[in-house]
Amino acid sequence: MTVTTAEPPAALATAVALRHRRTPPQRVVLQGFLILTSLVWMAPILWAVYTSLRPYAETARLGYVSIGGIYNLDNFVNSWNGAELPKYFLNTLIIVVPAVILTLFLASMVAFAVSRYSWRLNLLLLMVFTAGNLLPQQVVITPLYRIYLLVLGIPEPLSDNGRLYDQYLGIMIIHIAFQLGFCTFVLSNYMKTIPRELNEAAVVDGAGVFRTYREIILPLCRPPLAALATLQFTWIYNDFFWALILMRTGDKLPITSALNNLKGQFFVDNNLIAAGSILVALPTLIVFFVLQKQFIRGLTLGSTKG
Amino acid sequence: MTASANRGLGEPAAPSGRRRFGFSRGAARRRFSLLTRRDKLVLGLMVGIPTFIHVFFIWLPTIASGVLSFTSWNGIGLDKIRFIGLKNYTDLFTGVYPPFWPAIQHNLIWLAVFTFVATPIGIFFAVLLDKEIRGTRIYQSALYLPVVLSLAIVGFIWQLIYSPDQGLINSLLGTAKTPDATDWLGDRSINLWMILIAAGWRHVGYIMVLYLAGLKSVDPNLKEAAAIDGATETQTFFRVVFPVLRPINLVVIVITVIESLRAFDLVFITNRGLNGLELLSVLVTNNIIGEASRIGFGSAIAMILLVVSVGPIIYYLTRSLRAEQA
Repeated sequence: MTVTTAEPPAALATAVALRHRRTPPQRVVLQGFLILTSLVWMAPILWAVYTSLRPYAETARLGYVSIGGIYNLDNFVNSWNGAELPKYFLNTLIIVVPAVILTLFLASMVAFAVSRYSWRLNLLLLMVFTAGNLLPQQVVITPLYRIYLLVLGIPEPLSDNGRLYDQYLGIMIIHIAFQLGFCTFVLSNYMKTIPRELNEAAVVDGAGVFRTYREIILPLCRPPLAALATLQFTWIYNDFFWALILMRTGDKLPITSALNNLKGQFFVDNNLIAAGSILVALPTLIVFFVLQKQFIRGLTLGSTKG
Repeated sequence: MTASANRGLGEPAAPSGRRRFGFSRGAARRRFSLLTRRDKLVLGLMVGIPTFIHVFFIWLPTIASGVLSFTSWNGIGLDKIRFIGLKNYTDLFTGVYPPFWPAIQHNLIWLAVFTFVATPIGIFFAVLLDKEIRGTRIYQSALYLPVVLSLAIVGFIWQLIYSPDQGLINSLLGTAKTPDATDWLGDRSINLWMILIAAGWRHVGYIMVLYLAGLKSVDPNLKEAAAIDGATETQTFFRVVFPVLRPINLVVIVITVIESLRAFDLVFITNRGLNGLELLSVLVTNNIIGEASRIGFGSAIAMILLVVSVGPIIYYLTRSLRAEQA
C-alpha cells in the first residue's frame, strides 16, 4: 500500500506560493480562535482530571474550585478496587473483540458483492442494511428480548444457560447485526470508488470471486477498514443500552452498562465519579491516540496501487 | 493522486462501467457468464449469511414490534396476547399517557439543535482545520476527544459541572451548597438544554472528523483551480468543495438524524428520563422493563419513533440511490 502524502513538485510549488500570499494576521486570528476553542472543548475533561486528583476531604474543606491541599491517586485506587472495575473490563473485552472482527468481515463481504457486481436486488439489499442500521434500538428491543429468551439449545462454551439472554454471545450478536448496516453502507460507498477494471483483471487472471475479494478488493479497503475498526471498537465499548436490557447478571455486565449500577453504590462523590469516569474512558482514549494517525490518513487520501 | 482524482471524476464515469458485470444488456451478459456457478454460489453465501443475521435480529423484531403495537400483553405467556386494534395509539394521542407529548416535543428540540447548531459547527471546524495550519492535529484531537467517550461517561463528566452542591458552575457562581444553588439537571425548565449542551459537545466532534476526512479527499487541484479563477475561500467551499462532497454530506445528515432520535443513554444515566427529560426512547424502555410491563403500549411508542425516524431516512436513501442509478 502506498499512501500518497507527497504532492507532485508543481502542485507543491503552487501550494507554497499560495501559503505565502495569505496575510499573516488572518492566520494569527485563526490560531487564537482554535486554541481558545480547543481549551473550551477540553475543559470538562480537564476539570474531571483535576477533580479526580483531589481527595474528597480536601475539596470539602477548600471547595471544588480551589488550588492547594493534597493531590493523590487515591480516588483511582478506590474506584478501581471498590467498584471491581477489572471484572467489568474483562466482560467488555470478551464482547468487543469478536464483535468488531466479525462485523467487518461480514460487512465487507456484502459490500463487495453489492458494489462490484450488478444484481437485481442490489439496491434493495443496500436499503435493508442501511435502513436497518438507522432504526432506533427501542424499536427492536421488545421482540428481541423475547427471542433471546425463547431460543434454546445453544451449546456450552457459547452460552451457559442455552439461551442468548444473559449471555456474552447475545450481546455480541446484536452488535454485529446492528453494526453490519453502517459498515456495509460505508464500505460499499468506498468500494464503488475502486476502478472496476480491477475486477476484470482478476477474472482474466483466473481468480474466483472470493479470491478477488480477499486479495484485490480487501487490501485496497484497508483505510476504511481501519477507520471502521476504530469506530466500531469505540461504539461497542461505549454501548450502554443492549446489555442494560439483555443481561441480567450484574457480574457479567460490560463496563459501560455497569456504570449505571455503580453510580449510586460506589461513586458517591464527584471525586470518585471523576476518577471512575477517567478509568472507564481510558481504553477508548488509548485506542484513539494510538490509531489516530492511521485513522485520519485512512479516511483521507486512500491508497493507490502501482 | 490517482485515488483522490478518481473519487472526484469517477462518479460520472461509473454508470457506463457498472453494467459490465450486469445481468442485462447483450454484451454485459457475456461478461457476467465469466462467473462460474461456484462463483455465484460463493457470492450468494457472502451476501446470504450477513443478510440472514441482519434480517433475523433487526427486521424481524421490528415487524414484530409493529404487530405487538396492536395488542395488549404483559409479556408473560404468548397465549395472553390480546388484539385491541388501535387502542394503544388512540390512548397515546388523546393524552391518556401524560409523558407522551412532552417526549415528542423533546425529541424534536433535540433534532433541531443537532441539525441547526451542532452539525453546522462541526462542519465549520472541519473547514478551519482543513487549512493545514500549524497545530491542526492537536486541535483536531481536542475537538474529537469527547466523541470517543461513551454517553454514559459524558453524563458523568457533565454531572461534575452541573451538580448543585459539588458542581463547577454553582461553585463558580458561589451558590454551591446554598439554597440558591441551581439544580441544572433537576430543574425541568432548563435540564433538557443542559443535556443538549453535553450531547452537542460530543456531536460536533463527530461531525467534524467525518467532514474533515471528506475535505481531505477533495482533489487539491480543484481548490487550486477555483483559487486561480479568483474564487474566494467561501465561494470555493460552497460552489466547488461542497458539491463534490455529496456522499459525505449524505452520511453527515443521516448520522445527525439518527443520533438525535436515538438519544437515550445520556438522559437515562442522568435521571432515567424523567422530570423534563422524557424522550420517546425512554418511554419505550420504561414500558418494557418497568414494574408494570406494558408491551403492546411500549411497542406503539416504538412504532411512532420508527415512523418519525424513518421518514427523513427514506428520503435520503432514495435520493442517494436514485443518484446512483441515473
